[in-house]
Amino acid sequence: MKELFTMTNVRFIFAGLKTTLYISVVSILLSTLFGTILGVLRSLTSGIFKLAAAVYIEVVRNIPNLLWIYVVFVVFKLKSIEAGVVSFTIFTSAALGEIVRGGLNSVGVGQWEAARSQGFSNIQVLQYVILPQALRNMIPAIVSQFVTVIKDTSFLWSVVAIQELTGKVTILMGRYYQVSQVFVLYLILALVYFVINYVISHFSRKLQEKLTY
Amino acid sequence: MFSSSGPFAWFKWQALFADWQIFAQGFGYTLFVAISGLALALVIGIIIGISSSSYVKPLKLIARGYVEFFQNTPLLIQVFFLYNGLPFVGIVLSVTVIGIIGVGMYHGAYIAEVVRSGIGSIAKGQMEAAYSQGFTYWQAMTYIILPQAKTVILPPLTMQAVNLIKNTSVLAVISGADIMFTAKSWSSYNVYYGPAYVVAGLLYFILCFPLANLAKRLEDKANAMPTEAKNKKGPGMTTQDLTVGSS
Repeated sequence: MKELFTMTNVRFIFAGLKTTLYISVVSILLSTLFGTILGVLRSLTSGIFKLAAAVYIEVVRNIPNLLWIYVVFVVFKLKSIEAGVVSFTIFTSAALGEIVRGGLNSVGVGQWEAARSQGFSNIQVLQYVILPQALRNMIPAIVSQFVTVIKDTSFLWSVVAIQELTGKVTILMGRYYQVSQVFVLYLILALVYFVINYVISHFSRKLQEKLTY
Repeated sequence: MFSSSGPFAWFKWQALFADWQIFAQGFGYTLFVAISGLALALVIGIIIGISSSSYVKPLKLIARGYVEFFQNTPLLIQVFFLYNGLPFVGIVLSVTVIGIIGVGMYHGAYIAEVVRSGIGSIAKGQMEAAYSQGFTYWQAMTYIILPQAKTVILPPLTMQAVNLIKNTSVLAVISGADIMFTAKSWSSYNVYYGPAYVVAGLLYFILCFPLANLAKRLEDKANAMPTEAKNKKGPGMTTQDLTVGSS
């Protein structure tokens, strides 16, 4: 087993982890921005923007993320880490847009009216009354979506051979042929994803508890 | 784009329509794996979900471990392990079986969380009342708790069915004859990518959109419950908490 844990191998896997985290973090940041815009637009009472946001959200989120990855890489022939970011941002923006819509929806209209009657301006209502409550309701779903992005970046190796975490470990598996070695590599691979995602999920539960009053 | 040389040129569409049966087969295969996978996921989800709500410590621990492991590691790696790993120890499963077990066990973990939250939404007194009437634990669960938890459970459960259907596309990576793989292999052979991916997207959409819509309507209904019923839910919890976006 010692031969697995050489400095070269550890560095090799670490480089993959860096790519995975880079693609995930940039996609998550961009998707949060676009998803919030989409969700707010869809919560408007009417108009062309509401319709456009609704069509985008429904079409994109009801088609697998994997297909969007193929669309970016195969149909548009973009083959880079940036293209990976684009393919995840397309899908995750729609998924987050729907979560934001649901979150805003979960705060009753009465709250809005009550705050307005107390002399709050529209922006103030949003800032002090609606958003804090909506955010608290949305956190579990949002974080679950973030975790999904990190997990789904594992597709990038199979689709376009981007050497992220899964790619690097799969390459290593090709160099070892003993059952125990291959199984330990699977275990390491699963464990790295597990630790990252478990920490994120745990943190989100703590955050939600803190926001509950 | 639609010109005679563009990615969506008319003759490419004609080629696709001539081969419509191949796509119909892929659609049928995805549907089969999804329904079988959902059946497995429901069984696992209910057993693990009830176990995590139980007071028996070891049972609870195993259930928690199952949920955390499957939710926090990629489905693709679980499927790779079944496909590439298990043959090392002499276990060779067919791609279809791997698909069903893969999405079944993965979404079983998500459904377990839905079931657990649903059970948690029913006041403790109900269980105690059932015990006092001589019900056993499982009888109380089956006849008292689960039927009431249904309103809270159904919307996120429907959403899990949608996510499960989408995740069957993971089979394309291990050559599984589903919609995704059909589009991929058909178009890699003649390079008519445009129409192939549009049709694949459309096939997933007609499966997922009606279900996602149903989930939304069920959720609106649950949110519109009278306040008394709402108060039975845990502190600060709405069905939105359970409606996991898209996993």
